[in-house]
Amino acid sequence: MIIPEFEYLSPQTLPEACALLAQYGDSAKVLAGGSDLLVKMKDGLMQPAYLVSLKNLDTLKAIRYQERTGVIIGALATHNEVMTNSILQEKYRSVCEAAHSMAADQIRNIGTAGGNLVNAVPSADLPPILIALDAKVRIVGPNGEKTVALEEFFLGPGKTILGNGEILTEIIIPDQPTTGSNYIKFGLRRAGALAVAGVASSVTVSQGTCQDARIVLGAVAPTPLRARQAENVLRGNKISQELIDEAGKVAAEESKPITDIRGSIEYRRNLVNVLTRRSLKAAIEKGHV
Amino acid sequence: MVTVMKKGKLHVVNVTVNGREHAALVKANATLLDLLREELDYTGTKKGCELGDCGACTVLMDGKSVNSCLVLAVEADGRSITTIEGLEKDGKLDRLQEEFINHTAVQCGYCTPGMILSGKALLARNPHPTERDVREAIGGNICRCTGYVRIVKAILAAAEANG
Repeated sequence: MIIPEFEYLSPQTLPEACALLAQYGDSAKVLAGGSDLLVKMKDGLMQPAYLVSLKNLDTLKAIRYQERTGVIIGALATHNEVMTNSILQEKYRSVCEAAHSMAADQIRNIGTAGGNLVNAVPSADLPPILIALDAKVRIVGPNGEKTVALEEFFLGPGKTILGNGEILTEIIIPDQPTTGSNYIKFGLRRAGALAVAGVASSVTVSQGTCQDARIVLGAVAPTPLRARQAENVLRGNKISQELIDEAGKVAAEESKPITDIRGSIEYRRNLVNVLTRRSLKAAIEKGHV
Repeated sequence: MVTVMKKGKLHVVNVTVNGREHAALVKANATLLDLLREELDYTGTKKGCELGDCGACTVLMDGKSVNSCLVLAVEADGRSITTIEGLEKDGKLDRLQEEFINHTAVQCGYCTPGMILSGKALLARNPHPTERDVREAIGGNICRCTGYVRIVKAILAAAEANG
């Protein structure tokens, strides 16, 4: 299995990388970890003339906390780095768990958090939990930088709002009153399986009442999907098993799954119901975010 | 300065394999697996699915397990690689290798180098793993003979030797 030939470009700085991407447009692809891109190239699904490697951009590898901004995850942090990072373990353990649910050790040492977003694969594991935590992404391009809600980032399978020459550099999880969050995925085996469906939730519960809730469905729509009606079921109400059951039912109705090799529409819809209930229950009972 | 590797041209990549420095000529589209097997003759590293699913090509890069079929050789420039050939020290097998033999954890042998290196990476970060930890650590390694039970026992036995 041979990777189609390409010209390899390895810039030293972010502006250089953006300039190269702007110059070569659609014929260039960003190489971060490569665990997705190189497979697509071997399969003949992509044949970029240029690969722009980000391996020298060390500043994009860090995970840090910044007052008034929140936790900042560099786009080049690997899944294993996300999984074991002490700041994330303390503040948003559900993000570590989502990273842990991916692939296997060998891929988690290569694949990057940014890559998991930019590839815009509907079954990706990080987008649901990050959207549930109201994450934003920083995008740097030839015309400067901007910060966008991750929820607005995805346009369809393999499609994002990234424009010519733009690179996703950071993921920002803002400080929040959230009391619990959770991501649960269902795959056909525990390692190396894509999600048949995945559900992320975050809740703010005070004295038994749900102040706020976010529910995000993965692998059951062209992009990660906010289950807003299911969120409305919860918001402002006393938490009870009946309320959680109702939210699961409504989320299943809101999902837009397709039938493919991993599961049918009916099966996925039922999974959304079950996983939403489990995710909410875990988020409510967990005692940490 | 932007480093450029033109299409079809050979370029020098410097890697340390099992403690020995190598300078090899590769094309930009060569994988670390190609470099190890074809250029440097470390054929203990096996070529399986070539898509990052089977784990036969597992090596350690700066101590961490990776699928060498999904790393470009040029991206491994300046890195330190451990292959199965690097585990033996002064003619003495690594404890993991010995336990694989003791437990008959080898059938056709094709997954064995990758299994042992995944075990090695596990024991480096967690010297006292549970059976569950071991099973998870080899989640990215497929044994086509389905001989997992003995593989798990062998890794646990090597861990026990850690005291």
